[in-house]
Amino acid sequence: MGLLSKKDAVLLSDPLADNNPITIQVLGICSALAITAELKASIVMAVSVIFVLGLGNVVISLMRNIIPSKIRIIVQLIVVATLVIIVDLVLKAFAYELSKTLSVFVGLIITNCIIMGRFEAFALGNGPWRSFLDGIGNAVGYGVILIAVGFFRELLGSGTLLGFKVLGDSIEKTGLYALGYENNGFMLLSPMALIVVGIIIWIQRSRNTSLIEEN
Amino acid sequence: MEHLELFFKSIFIDNMVFATFLGMCSYLAVSKKVATAVGLGAAVIFVLAVTVPLNWLLDQYILQDGALAWLGEEYAQYDLSFLSFIMFIATIATMVQLVEIIVEKFSPSLYNSLGIFLPLIAVNCAILGGSLFMQSREIPTLGLSLTYGVGSGIGWFLAILAIAAIREKIRYSSVPPALRGLGITFIITGLMAIGFMSFGGMLTGGDEEKKEEKPVTEVAIKKKIEKTSAKEMVAENTNIN
Repeated sequence: MGLLSKKDAVLLSDPLADNNPITIQVLGICSALAITAELKASIVMAVSVIFVLGLGNVVISLMRNIIPSKIRIIVQLIVVATLVIIVDLVLKAFAYELSKTLSVFVGLIITNCIIMGRFEAFALGNGPWRSFLDGIGNAVGYGVILIAVGFFRELLGSGTLLGFKVLGDSIEKTGLYALGYENNGFMLLSPMALIVVGIIIWIQRSRNTSLIEEN
Repeated sequence: MEHLELFFKSIFIDNMVFATFLGMCSYLAVSKKVATAVGLGAAVIFVLAVTVPLNWLLDQYILQDGALAWLGEEYAQYDLSFLSFIMFIATIATMVQLVEIIVEKFSPSLYNSLGIFLPLIAVNCAILGGSLFMQSREIPTLGLSLTYGVGSGIGWFLAILAIAAIREKIRYSSVPPALRGLGITFIITGLMAIGFMSFGGMLTGGDEEKKEEKPVTEVAIKKKIEKTSAKEMVAENTNIN
């Protein structure tokens, strides 16, 4: 742990569980749900957010003393928008099909509440290195939930993971399908994303009762 | 007819919250009381009605491939669409600020009820999402873009109103402790979204609800088919009338 002091390590690990951006802070739900029908799209989205939030936090933190507080929102939006344009162009160049699937949701990273939330709450008051760790920590916390939701939706919905038929072939009735197992097509529809996240929250709060809210 | 179709489509079928999950953050955060939910919902309708047509003009006359042709022959080759994110978000942030100032000046009572929500709205995904969907769905005229903006705003308003009413009532029921608050809200929203899916076949003859099941490669083709079938629908309907 030469590189990270104990305080810095908390910045990274805290958002992964007890202060998770999605399940506890309720930030960044918008983009989290719509694109999780496939694991691959979830992973790409998670990586994009890690890139944007990590770098954006550093940029904002470096500029924190010269941004006039009255126009800080617009400055933050411009920084995020620039980073998101980079992500969008890279996706269009190297993964065109995928960028079509993600459609407008790449652009919506700009208004992802996690990003603005971390800029406001952390990067404006802390140094670049700590802001970087905070950004990475929160983005990974977001990514973990995204990937978990994507994993279950793709596995139960189409019986594949990253496009590989892990449960056997549903048409030729091999693997699990030979036993009469059927894909639950409902998992691919958007409402199930909400219910899967709801169940994740349920499990997390049953394990850690201090997180339970008052009604 | 075209306006009416787009209007109902954007309210019910492509509902911002239930079909595309836009604006979920403020939807979850500000839905504890009906009164505040109404305030935020009204502000969203208002801002969407202003920003979507404005961004349509930007898209049409500045950003699209060849849109600068009105400046002269030599500008026709430019394609500035990669700038659309930054242009849209800047327009939205500016408009929200402007609207806030104007409302504060001319109608203090409206400002008191809407004002506190306006800064929140600049970073509401529903607003940017409205403009981005307007661009990706290639809405053809300024009038239609206004209809689309107002329609999606009303859809969002309906959604937040409904969940706020349910959350006010659910305080009196015994929810499992670990699900209280956020968890149950997610699950209720999921159930409501399933309900809203039943609007799916209303205007497009059942095309719409299969959209998500289609494999990646077919999405583009599917969109084309949808478009033509929607046009045919319009043609048929006008013939009948």
